[in-house]
Amino acid sequence: MKQVKTLLAAAAIAVIGSSAYAADTIKIGEINHYKRLAAFAEPYKKGVELALSEINEAGGVLGKDLEFIFRDDQGKPGEAVKIAEELMTRDGAVMLTGTILSNVGLAISSFAAEKGYIYLAAEPLADALVWTSGNPYTFRLRASTWVQAAMLAEEAAKTDAIRYATIAPNYAYGTAAVEAFKVNLKQRKPEVEFVTEQWPALFKIDAGSEVQAIESAKPDAIYNVTFGPDLAKFVREGTTRGVFEGRKVYGLLTGEPEYLEPLKDEAPEGWFVTGYPWYGFTAGPEKEFVDAYIAEFPGETPKIGSLVGYMTAKSIATLITDAGSTETDALLAAFKDLKVETPMGEITYRALDHQSTMGAYVGTTALEDGKGVMVDWSYKDPAAYMPSDDEVKAMRPAD
Amino acid sequence: MGLFVAQLLTGLANAAALFLVASGLSLIFGVTRIVNFAHGSLYMLGAYVGLTLMNHLPGHFGFWGSIVMAGLIVGLIGVVIEVCVLRPVYRAPELFQLVATFGVILVIQDLALMIWGAEDQLGPRAPGLRSVVRILGEPVPQYDLALIAITPFILFGLWWFIAKTRTGILVRAATQDREMVGALGVNQSWLFTGVFFLGSALAGLGGAIQLPKGGADLLMDLNIISAVFVVVVVGGMGSIPGAFIAAVLISVLNVFGVAYVPQSTLVLMYVVMAVVLMVKPYGLLGREEKAGEHGQVGEVERPIRPAGLVGRSLVVVLLAVLALVPFFASTFMQVLITDIVIFCLFAASLQFILSSGGLVSFGHAVFFGGGAYVSALLVTYSETPMEVAFLLAPLGAGLLALGIGWFCIRLSGVYFAMLTLAFSQLVWSLVFQWGSVTGGDDGLVNIWPSDWLSGTTAYYYFTLALGVGGILVLRHIIHSPFGYTLRATRDSARQAEATGIDVKKVQWLAFALAGAMAGLAGGLFVFSKGSIFPNELEIAKSFDALIVVFLGGVKTLSGGVVGAVFMESVKDWLTRLEYWRLILGLLIIAVVIIAPEGIVGSLRKFGERIGLVKEQESMQ
Repeated sequence: MKQVKTLLAAAAIAVIGSSAYAADTIKIGEINHYKRLAAFAEPYKKGVELALSEINEAGGVLGKDLEFIFRDDQGKPGEAVKIAEELMTRDGAVMLTGTILSNVGLAISSFAAEKGYIYLAAEPLADALVWTSGNPYTFRLRASTWVQAAMLAEEAAKTDAIRYATIAPNYAYGTAAVEAFKVNLKQRKPEVEFVTEQWPALFKIDAGSEVQAIESAKPDAIYNVTFGPDLAKFVREGTTRGVFEGRKVYGLLTGEPEYLEPLKDEAPEGWFVTGYPWYGFTAGPEKEFVDAYIAEFPGETPKIGSLVGYMTAKSIATLITDAGSTETDALLAAFKDLKVETPMGEITYRALDHQSTMGAYVGTTALEDGKGVMVDWSYKDPAAYMPSDDEVKAMRPAD
Repeated sequence: MGLFVAQLLTGLANAAALFLVASGLSLIFGVTRIVNFAHGSLYMLGAYVGLTLMNHLPGHFGFWGSIVMAGLIVGLIGVVIEVCVLRPVYRAPELFQLVATFGVILVIQDLALMIWGAEDQLGPRAPGLRSVVRILGEPVPQYDLALIAITPFILFGLWWFIAKTRTGILVRAATQDREMVGALGVNQSWLFTGVFFLGSALAGLGGAIQLPKGGADLLMDLNIISAVFVVVVVGGMGSIPGAFIAAVLISVLNVFGVAYVPQSTLVLMYVVMAVVLMVKPYGLLGREEKAGEHGQVGEVERPIRPAGLVGRSLVVVLLAVLALVPFFASTFMQVLITDIVIFCLFAASLQFILSSGGLVSFGHAVFFGGGAYVSALLVTYSETPMEVAFLLAPLGAGLLALGIGWFCIRLSGVYFAMLTLAFSQLVWSLVFQWGSVTGGDDGLVNIWPSDWLSGTTAYYYFTLALGVGGILVLRHIIHSPFGYTLRATRDSARQAEATGIDVKKVQWLAFALAGAMAGLAGGLFVFSKGSIFPNELEIAKSFDALIVVFLGGVKTLSGGVVGAVFMESVKDWLTRLEYWRLILGLLIIAVVIIAPEGIVGSLRKFGERIGLVKEQESMQ
């Protein structure tokens, strides 16, 4: 009988406690493609969870716990917009964040501007998000396609390769990545020519024929934007048919653990890539994040998604603390040139275009212990690769 | 010359997995008439199972043994699906099984995520076949040659099985006349199960055999399904050699497409499909489908009557409640109902041609998305006022339907369905790949309504008026002389023609009207979301509408609307949960088994049994 009483008491405390707890949290609406792109969304969610536990152990924000409400949009932009509305009006979220796919990010961004909700785009890379389709309510954390492609173009301009082949998935992200690489490379080295452009449909690559088409154009170097299962097939067929031999290859995102790890001992060697060499950190905040992540999720290693999730939650915590309020106007004001401490050092959300100054790691791929890794890597600040302030202003619609 | 040969060989090698999966689908369709939408899931399972086995069984024997075992295991999974999920619904209206297979897809997606995790997995290389052979100087992977060699054996094996063995003869007989085979004392249900085993095993084999050229990932199921449909349809439904020829044709064309029109690889496939179907409507080696060949399954369609007093009163009460929603419910409730009403109108427009016209369209989303894109393009490029752009959505979609309908109406039954699918995928691939105009995957954004409509409540009433209005107009038309004519063409095209009805013209007009109504739904959608993306006119969206129509009850009038309300509400509630796909899938399967006439159909039957509804009044 005593046990029953204890149980009832515990239950009562749990019920009362949880409702009191619920009233005392600051909620953030998080929308992502948890089922459609589980390989990328799961590490991202874990990164958020790690940051939240750190933030709340340290006393939360404005004296309350920070809470993310995670919702699955099935990768459909229309669904994401509906969920965004629900998070803001029914669940009491104070702002929105999330998404990996650029099209979903753009849809939420447009919706946020229409309704006056703040949206921090975490992963979506499309340049349009902060430039041509930029709006006062949308902010973006990750370095854009343009910046990352420019970093690769800078390296490519140093070699004597003239004839380039490109391969990119045939949708907005792929076309933007190729365009950015072309413009940046031609600026630095006007004599280059692009001898073939391959555009496989996303996740429907016919790798054998793509490799044949590239080989028949006899390029000096290859610029690769494929990722995920497309990348695996491309690497497999390309290695088998020897298309990478004696050629420089530049790979956008290829160094990210999400894409490099599944290749195991077949990871390409000697590609110049952007990515996330978490295994190479020896000290400082970069290393601390990796250690904390592995301690929190035993048996797992961080992906770049984990880092982005972590930095997203940290950015939001800093934002609300700085604003001293969860009102939209206060948050908007605080977002102007907001400075956030992250594992990559301090980043700033530029008031100019709402883009953060999160940089990227570049380096060369190599095989170590049967695993693909980045070596000779360095962290690059995006400032040098961004369009000039005037160019950005010209691209952005007037606020 | 060397390159040409090498390209040809690549195409042939690529055809292998495609042929295996497609032949399985074709076989299952040929005998059981089930359009197994979950066939891609079986292919995905084949890849995962094969990979798991290969990790434990080393060497030549392990590799090839794993492929064979993956086929057998997936075959057994297919048997489980057939016995547990499909068998209970064989007596339901034709194509109802589609809903069940959709449930199966959802269940398998979540189970695969649970078992194998989220990370993509690269397949192992085939032992002893890791390198290339030089043919006329060009490198050709040894495994490609192995695939090219294996496929004809499987084709021959299947042909021998079907043409020469007794079981094969029974299978063929069942393709021609299921009931006659049953009358001859053959246990039909075991024949069906056997065919399902074989078809599933072929899909599993296809998944496992492509491992050295790719791997296993969670998107495989939906990524292959449209290509497989193309192959089956181009080859001729039910024809194994046809599937082989089509797989080779599509694969080889794709290789040359990659070389010469690299930006249009998707468009190419659907152009081929549309052209083949226009020239040879039954596919390359398919046979014409004779009317009534497979017999009417399930209850005979009842004559319909306008709703009685009780029905009308119920509708009025419901409308009154909906009109009062903004006064007592949250803003989000209005958003949710707006979404549901739009989807209901879309589903009702499909039900209009499907139930009353007997025209099963597999590509209805093209009109929904088409209407939305008409508005969005006008707003984006010519700054058309919202009111005008909105009006042009149904008109544009109606015109599109007139165009597509002109080609499709000449066919009937499942071939009509497939040609609508081909056109809708053709338009989808155009929208998707013509990025400079449509924005491609980045879609068109900032398509918001005018100021007077920009509030949530204002748009709610606007949607309510036009959405419910559209549904009522469709219902009214069904009870008008045009509706009676349409139903006559459905029930007996020949008798209708004998009475002087221009059957094809009536069907064509009905098709265009349904398209325009779907376009109206699309117009409402684009201004409620402020954006439009290609996924609103892809195959999955078309199937969403089909599924709710069948789920609600295809032989009823309100099935589409009821199914849409059910599905949207359940989804809204379930997607909060971690394994929502598994639960939704199981729920759909449960509904399918418990209510084989759809929700409305089964409720009506139940009502009649307990005497609540009189039969005369019951065709709501």
